[in-house]
Amino acid sequence: MNLFDSVFIAKASFIGVIFLITLGVAAYSTYFERKIAAFMQDRIGPDRAGPFGILQPLADAVKMFMKEDFIPANSNKWLFIMGPCLSMLTALMTSAVVPFGDTITIGDVTFDLQGIDVNIGILWVFGIVSLGVYGILIGGWASNNKYSLLGAIRAASQNISYELAMGLSIIAILMMTGSLSTKAIVEAQQNGHWNILYQPMGFIIFLICAFAECNRTPFDLPECETELIGGYHTEYSSMKLGFYLFAEYINMFISGAVMATLYFGGYDYPGIDFVTAQLGATAATLIGAGALIGKALAFVFIFMWVRWTLPRFRYDQLMGLGWSGLIPLAMFNVVVTGLGVLLDQQILIGIGGVVVFIAGIVVYDQLFVKKKLA
Amino acid sequence: MKLSNRTKVVEQGEMTLAERMYLPAIVGGMATTLKHFFSKPVTIRYPEQTRYLGPIYRGHHILKKDEQGAERCTACGLCAVACPAEAISMVAEERKKGEEKLYREEKYAKVYEINMLRCIFCGLCEEACPKEAIFLRHDQMVPVFNSRDEVIYGKDKLVEKMDQRYLREGWK
Repeated sequence: MNLFDSVFIAKASFIGVIFLITLGVAAYSTYFERKIAAFMQDRIGPDRAGPFGILQPLADAVKMFMKEDFIPANSNKWLFIMGPCLSMLTALMTSAVVPFGDTITIGDVTFDLQGIDVNIGILWVFGIVSLGVYGILIGGWASNNKYSLLGAIRAASQNISYELAMGLSIIAILMMTGSLSTKAIVEAQQNGHWNILYQPMGFIIFLICAFAECNRTPFDLPECETELIGGYHTEYSSMKLGFYLFAEYINMFISGAVMATLYFGGYDYPGIDFVTAQLGATAATLIGAGALIGKALAFVFIFMWVRWTLPRFRYDQLMGLGWSGLIPLAMFNVVVTGLGVLLDQQILIGIGGVVVFIAGIVVYDQLFVKKKLA
Repeated sequence: MKLSNRTKVVEQGEMTLAERMYLPAIVGGMATTLKHFFSKPVTIRYPEQTRYLGPIYRGHHILKKDEQGAERCTACGLCAVACPAEAISMVAEERKKGEEKLYREEKYAKVYEINMLRCIFCGLCEEACPKEAIFLRHDQMVPVFNSRDEVIYGKDKLVEKMDQRYLREGWK
């Protein structure tokens, strides 16, 4: 009973820490989003609140709480409140299966740095991410506003379309690892056998789909200001709007963590054996957790970098890319990976697959695409 | 008939494979933004940092005194006439005996007011002045006002202080 208690307490405090890290990262993502945008436009960005403006998220939070919390008269009141809550809930639930580190021993208690190690880990992520659409859809529907509804419909159709390609790109990983558990996937990548080496094409597909799933530029059609005012959150104000925006940043961080887990070795880092020998297993695990968070933050930076570089897709381009671009590509990737597993030459076949694909496109272009004569 | 032979017929052909895949263009665009990410910002943090606006910038008005500390203005009213915004008004007064140290001419401005909401900082008052009494200084701007009472600047704010004399580069 004592052991159960201490493991329970350890897990609970770990979950609390992850919760705080996620919220902190999400809060400071808003600050870094503005800073990165400013730097990329040769500006300075927020620098008035505290040194370098690091208190800006606090000021923003106070502003959000102080604003009038308005519920439109003809909206469905309960659904209107439920929308942002659901968005926030699903965004926070995804991190439960991300393995933040190997086992850690404090006193006589040994536990994993992971919320829950379920054997359907990746399916959990997918299920929760799919549920996340409901937050947007319910919010857009309950607002009783054409623009909100259009934004919500776009969000739903976009997420459903891109989930297919995302799932197919993950199937390739499952074929290599043979397990749905995120922990097993990470353990298969230890000592530098990162999946990015085996699955370059799958990673590109997953990355593009992650952009679409997070509703980030260039796939931020659900909230495109020019056509849909604010999209699904047109009618939202105060902290309900804050929840929607916050959920987006949490999703970014979590999808960065998932990408690091699936393709960049999770908590693996170069020199892990050396650190274990020198400083002990606990220190190595904690550095590993730091490495995973660092990788996730690097992905968050890439999300922001892309946002301040690329314009938005048109809706038919978005759908065209998803259905006739990424899904066939992902299927091709599955076939190539299957070949690699069959012949036990995974790196070779993985890279060969990319080469064959590019060569195929060039040949197709030369043979079948009509060119205007100069 | 062509006016010049510089017209060039531009025809956009089919996009090449690389252009249709967009990825090379995306990578190029991201390189551009990353280059700007590490370049120096052009922002000037205004209230803390000010930049030199040049020797002929038209800023805060000043009513000059001469070397002996006597006001140069003789209240002729030419600046008020020249002012296109009708921002200047003044009340003239005759110089009494014993005030020669204070006022250079026999007539002086008892009241001299500029409405800073009306002023357009064109500098015509400076050009019109025959006594070289009013100038728009290049190194100081009119500060932001918070209420309408602060808008009309009297002699207390306009007359030059002898311990902080305003000198332009050309006068030295």
